[in-house]
Amino acid sequence: MGRYVLRRLLQMIPVFLGATFLIFFMVYALGDPVAALFGDKAPDPATAARIRKDLYLDEPLWSQYVHYMGQVFGGHFGTAFNGQPVTELMAGAFPVTLRLTIVAIVFEVALGITLGVLSGLRRGRGLDTSVLLLTLVVVSIPTFVSGTVLQYVFGVRWGWARPSVAPEAPFTELLLPGVVLGLVSLAYTTRLTRTSLVENARADYVRTAVAKGLPRRRIVVRHLLRTSLIPVVTFIGTDIGALMGGAIVTERIFNIHGVGYQLYQGILRQNSPTVVGFVTILVIVFLLANLLVDLLYAVLDPRIRYA
Amino acid sequence: MRGAQRVMRVRWVRVRCVLCALCAAVAGAVAGCGGDSGSADGIVRSSWGDPPNPLEPANTNDVQGGKVLDMIFRGLKRYDPSTGEAKDALADRITTDDQRTYTVTIKKGHRFGNGEKVTAKSFTDAWNYGALLDNKQRNAYFFEYIEGYDKVHPVTGRPTARTLSGLRVTGERTFTVRLTQKFSSWPRTLGYNAYAPLPRAFFEDHAAWLKKPVGNGPYQVRSYDKGSVMKLRAWDGYRGPDKARNKGVDLRVYTDSNTAYTDLQAGNLDLVDDVPAQQLKFVRSDLGNRYINQPAGIIQTLTFPMYDRAWSGPARAKLRRGISMAINRAQITDRIFRSTRTPATDWTSPVLRRQGGYQPGLCGDACSYDPARARKLIAAGGGLPGGRMTITYNADTGSHKDWVDAVCNSVNTVLRSDRACVGKPVGTFADYRNKMAGKRMTGPFRAGWQMDYPLIQNFLQPLYYTDASSNDGHWSDTGFDRLVNQANAAPADGASITAFQDAEKILARQMPAIPLWYQNGSAGYAPRLREVTLNQFSVPVYSQIRVG
Repeated sequence: MGRYVLRRLLQMIPVFLGATFLIFFMVYALGDPVAALFGDKAPDPATAARIRKDLYLDEPLWSQYVHYMGQVFGGHFGTAFNGQPVTELMAGAFPVTLRLTIVAIVFEVALGITLGVLSGLRRGRGLDTSVLLLTLVVVSIPTFVSGTVLQYVFGVRWGWARPSVAPEAPFTELLLPGVVLGLVSLAYTTRLTRTSLVENARADYVRTAVAKGLPRRRIVVRHLLRTSLIPVVTFIGTDIGALMGGAIVTERIFNIHGVGYQLYQGILRQNSPTVVGFVTILVIVFLLANLLVDLLYAVLDPRIRYA
Repeated sequence: MRGAQRVMRVRWVRVRCVLCALCAAVAGAVAGCGGDSGSADGIVRSSWGDPPNPLEPANTNDVQGGKVLDMIFRGLKRYDPSTGEAKDALADRITTDDQRTYTVTIKKGHRFGNGEKVTAKSFTDAWNYGALLDNKQRNAYFFEYIEGYDKVHPVTGRPTARTLSGLRVTGERTFTVRLTQKFSSWPRTLGYNAYAPLPRAFFEDHAAWLKKPVGNGPYQVRSYDKGSVMKLRAWDGYRGPDKARNKGVDLRVYTDSNTAYTDLQAGNLDLVDDVPAQQLKFVRSDLGNRYINQPAGIIQTLTFPMYDRAWSGPARAKLRRGISMAINRAQITDRIFRSTRTPATDWTSPVLRRQGGYQPGLCGDACSYDPARARKLIAAGGGLPGGRMTITYNADTGSHKDWVDAVCNSVNTVLRSDRACVGKPVGTFADYRNKMAGKRMTGPFRAGWQMDYPLIQNFLQPLYYTDASSNDGHWSDTGFDRLVNQANAAPADGASITAFQDAEKILARQMPAIPLWYQNGSAGYAPRLREVTLNQFSVPVYSQIRVG
């Protein structure tokens, strides 16, 4: 187990290097960002040249990358154009997005698995069909539609929630955005749980459990659900990374100043330290979530062991 | 087997416990931390955008940063929010005999928020800082008219001086400025934020100052949480005539103006100064007379690449004028902009007023829609180069696609061809600027000019003078340059403005840039605010707003 984790952690190093280089290269390919700093006016050439020099933009790509990575290993992720260190931006943004992700995940896990189990156990009945329809509808509505509609209804019409989230972003204000963010994944979780449950319901070990005369509750929760959760857990594991980085739309609608917002600003202003720094952290989060998922397999399915 | 299963069960239990703890944490947080930021008494909650550059006077060139500087600083002059006239703020008097050397005297008794006196040195230090190349200030070129600028800000190489030789402190409250050329309206440019005075604290502990800027205006910064909120409070120590009439302003950063608008409707925000295009249809019914839509000092043009032989030269002037006449401005401003733009008929802005040199109709026939004559002129000018033209714009901000397509549509209708004109988007604004700077435009491109100060000079010289800083079309005309020089040297207002307008008439004849429309500033506010107005820069005049 320990060796397995160590091996997985070591594998992250090349992935990390490759990911940072690719992102660095892509942001670089967007072109010279300095001109945009001067707004609609033509930049004064001397000042622009000096800014370029300070940002190492006058050096070739490889040397910029080496310089940047040197900084990163020293714990310094560079500076955004407004003079703020990127680490400061991260310290502000990641906790907010993490809270948002937790709300979304809890929502999709709790509701999704419950709905999945219910419809899986009542396959073909009315409940199953209605859940099927409901998930279909939810999947087909894009986030920016569900977001703005729910925001208007709950925030303006009924006044139950604030349409925008305060800078401190407490959990209470993140409930609505979290639900919006988790909606699509909720549908997937529900359907995955249902399918997997239906499939495993015919497995030998379930029949054995029934033959042993175990109570139904115990069969469903301990034997059936536990093994059926493997695809669901896989999905949620990748979803954590996707939700954290992909919350751009939700964060924009609800004015949440999290990772999505900083990434959006960074891309718009072509600030490579911001974009590369944030994406790098996201890559690490993604890798760790995947590792966690793999380890959870062993917990869920007694047949899986890591040496 | 049984043993293994027990181990597994223990783990399963542990996982469940973690999940439970997580749920409890969420629930606890739900119960525990309620949102604060209710409407505090007397505080205006206003929308804001994250300024792209550090908030220093000589480094701020955008409206959002300018908003803050306008609250926390007062310079020598200040533009009257309703007339645009440059009035003395900290300046007691500014005198000159030759339109070139100015003597500035500062009013007594003004201080910075940290108690420091505002002296002549506060100004000269700030200006020297702004001009010096090493400080990389975006607005450094504002000091280019002061003697010695080429030494502190050379085009190439390192600066050979640290201070501007044209600035001399002659007393605690007086200093002299020598310019490189005659510039009669120079004192009236001094209302721009880049000319604000700076306290010693700015130079001594720069990092701390940037975290919490200290100025000499009616407001002081209470706290600044970069990228999300700035809290400004009215300052008792301010001695000027325009003391704040409210207790303070909270500026909240919004990524999307739609969210700000929704927040205004829900009562979580008092003032938005950018009504999103999608809401313009409903804004009257939503806000009634709490919606402001008034001219701002912004003009949009289509500029021609005069470095491209297909578009330049006197023979092509007919072509350029013809294209201008093929654009149905009235229809586009009405349908697409819903009257938040006004068709342009000169190269300045209505905010200058007639006294300031705005002259509607100066462009003449060339700016009015006339399909038949447009067709004739375009044909006489040799037709579109290769029978086609593109209008280049940046696609990332400002939703320019809509109107560019409409302009092309208008041109196509006039020329009775579907393919004569097409929009040509460029992915990012930076890339767009780089194409412009690299002279890589192959047809007319969109250009927007937001004035720095409400003077006719600012709408003409930086944009059309030979090799001027924002002359992106690289148009050059000796007659125009001569008239601008003449206008700058004229001692009297009237003579100066007439000369500028004469220069503008050359633009009308040659049409190096087609004036499209004047942009308005718009804002919406909550019922609890009164006396909300916008100045010529489309920035709310915060100090005049009353709450409750």
